[in-house]
Amino acid sequence: MRIITGNDLKTGAVTWWTGYDWSLHVEDAVDAGADAEAVMAREVATCRVNGPYIIDGEKTADGVRPAHIKDRIRALGPTVRPDLTLKPADPEAREWVI
Amino acid sequence: MYRYDKYDQAMVDTRVEEFRDQVRRRIEGKMDDDQFKPLRLKNGLYLQLHAYMLRVAVPYGTLNSAQMRTLAMIARKYDRGYGHFTTRQNIQYNWIKLAEAPDILADLAKVEMHAIQTSGESIRNISSDQYAGAAADELIDPRPWAEMLRQMTTFMPEFSYLPRKFKIAIIASAEDRIALRWHDFALRIVQNTAGELGFEVFAGGGMGRTPFIAYCIREFLPTTQIFSYLQAVLRVWNRHARRDNIHKQRMKILVHDLGQEEFTAQVEEAFEHFLSLGEDFPPAEYDRIAAYFAPPAFEQGLSDEIDLSDPAFARWVERQVVAHKAPGYAIANISLKPVGGIPGDITAEQMELVADLAERFSFDELRSTHAQNLVLPHVKKADLYTVWQALVSAGLADANLDLISDLIACPGLDYCSLANARSIPVAQKIAERFADPARQADLGELKIKISGCINACGHHHAGNIGILGVDRKGSESYQLLLGGSGDEDTTQAKIAGPGFDEDGIVDAVERAVEHYRAVRSPNERFIDTYRRVGMDGFKEAIYG
Repeated sequence: MRIITGNDLKTGAVTWWTGYDWSLHVEDAVDAGADAEAVMAREVATCRVNGPYIIDGEKTADGVRPAHIKDRIRALGPTVRPDLTLKPADPEAREWVI
Repeated sequence: MYRYDKYDQAMVDTRVEEFRDQVRRRIEGKMDDDQFKPLRLKNGLYLQLHAYMLRVAVPYGTLNSAQMRTLAMIARKYDRGYGHFTTRQNIQYNWIKLAEAPDILADLAKVEMHAIQTSGESIRNISSDQYAGAAADELIDPRPWAEMLRQMTTFMPEFSYLPRKFKIAIIASAEDRIALRWHDFALRIVQNTAGELGFEVFAGGGMGRTPFIAYCIREFLPTTQIFSYLQAVLRVWNRHARRDNIHKQRMKILVHDLGQEEFTAQVEEAFEHFLSLGEDFPPAEYDRIAAYFAPPAFEQGLSDEIDLSDPAFARWVERQVVAHKAPGYAIANISLKPVGGIPGDITAEQMELVADLAERFSFDELRSTHAQNLVLPHVKKADLYTVWQALVSAGLADANLDLISDLIACPGLDYCSLANARSIPVAQKIAERFADPARQADLGELKIKISGCINACGHHHAGNIGILGVDRKGSESYQLLLGGSGDEDTTQAKIAGPGFDEDGIVDAVERAVEHYRAVRSPNERFIDTYRRVGMDGFKEAIYG
């Protein structure tokens, strides 16, 4: 799947395109397919998101998984500070990244 | 330390309000990212993996307690309770919100700090010896020259749009504690046979994808001519720099393309021109700035005795305490490398404690080091035990200066948008593998430096053992390098062989270390053993 991701303009937080809005949770990401470039151009113009780009990912039983480790780290948070990730109580979260 | 005058304060305050307006316009959509990015970078605001990152300048690594308390307040109020000291003596915050960035800069300005020229194609924060003004082995405090150069190069138009970033370092001792020759432009204060002070000048150093050790381009430059000489160097670089190729824009590329002789000749020619303009610092200006760095009022007649009856304290003193120029005083190094911790990270509470210690025991002074540690530069030996006890209570009393667990590591792929691999977990695993203090002490000085990408913020080229994280078909891989040094015996590390995965690199480091133990001569450091026996034996031990 083709996922659009970027960073929220005001907070810098990692965001994922849900088909109609941006979410902090990669689970909400949708396959933007052939529309990805057009969506990005439109969203850049709204000044809500910084530096959006398209990544590869796949839908697994556990949800959406970006193909590259960099984007999985972006999706979760720093692997060395589990307390600062989006899933601080999930001991398995780091394994999902790696 | 230097204090802002009304002009400094006005410049910094104006810059804050200018940036506040730029941020407002960006948020309101009146500027796009292409327009805004260079403006935020000029104020040290990056966009990293998880959030905006603000890099705050710590000029020549010197801080007072009020500044450190402000850094703690910023960590608590605007970030997530901590900061990260970098390999250029600065501090970074990882979780900054764009709308709050101007408020942070305003808070910094209240304590005479800023984030100007901590990014972009400019002259970056000038590095200096963390022991400046305190070291028993220095000729003179180098910081007045660092401050004068800072003033002359801040906002100067010709230096604001350089081909690439430009890093300056200055020391005044034979021992190099700041990786001098890994800088674009480096100065060592020396004395000639007539007893006059001058600069030994180096140019063209740098790490990154094309590492070079700086050449000496002048053995003795009168201190009064430094600004003309720096202008000459920058003029030659500006004239020839490869602005068409981002990988060839750093001055080191030009210096090494032209060669030491030709580059030096062109600089000398330009130098004659600048010298004739008469724009160098008048001696009175040096005197004015140097007065800010006058030594504190050290007490006289103090004892040099330290009660070492507490074994843990004795171990800390042996490792962390360094000779001071004033009798009865010592330099105390504070480790930011607890085993299993994140190199360079410090919590707001720890910052406040360190600020209190500086205020009570070190004439209100603190230093940050390029090895991501802190220093209390002027501690009475009689106060060391009290200081140590406070550090113990805050988890800051590791006794590992320059030992294997005192690793330098960049933020790596856990935070940095440029990184290809994580650095911090590797640093943590190595520190944990060698956690036993007796084992560390037996190994002696051994400097490991880890970078998460080719940009080399973790100084892997200068590591006795260097580790470079790379992306290998979407997976993290780590190259092992041996034989580097950022000290006065500067050398560039060489790649040992094929890379490893995260666990494999830790095992490889251990095999290299065990080979060192097997072949070392008595009291021989790792780097000296490597230089004596060469790569082959290490390679055999690492790869079998």
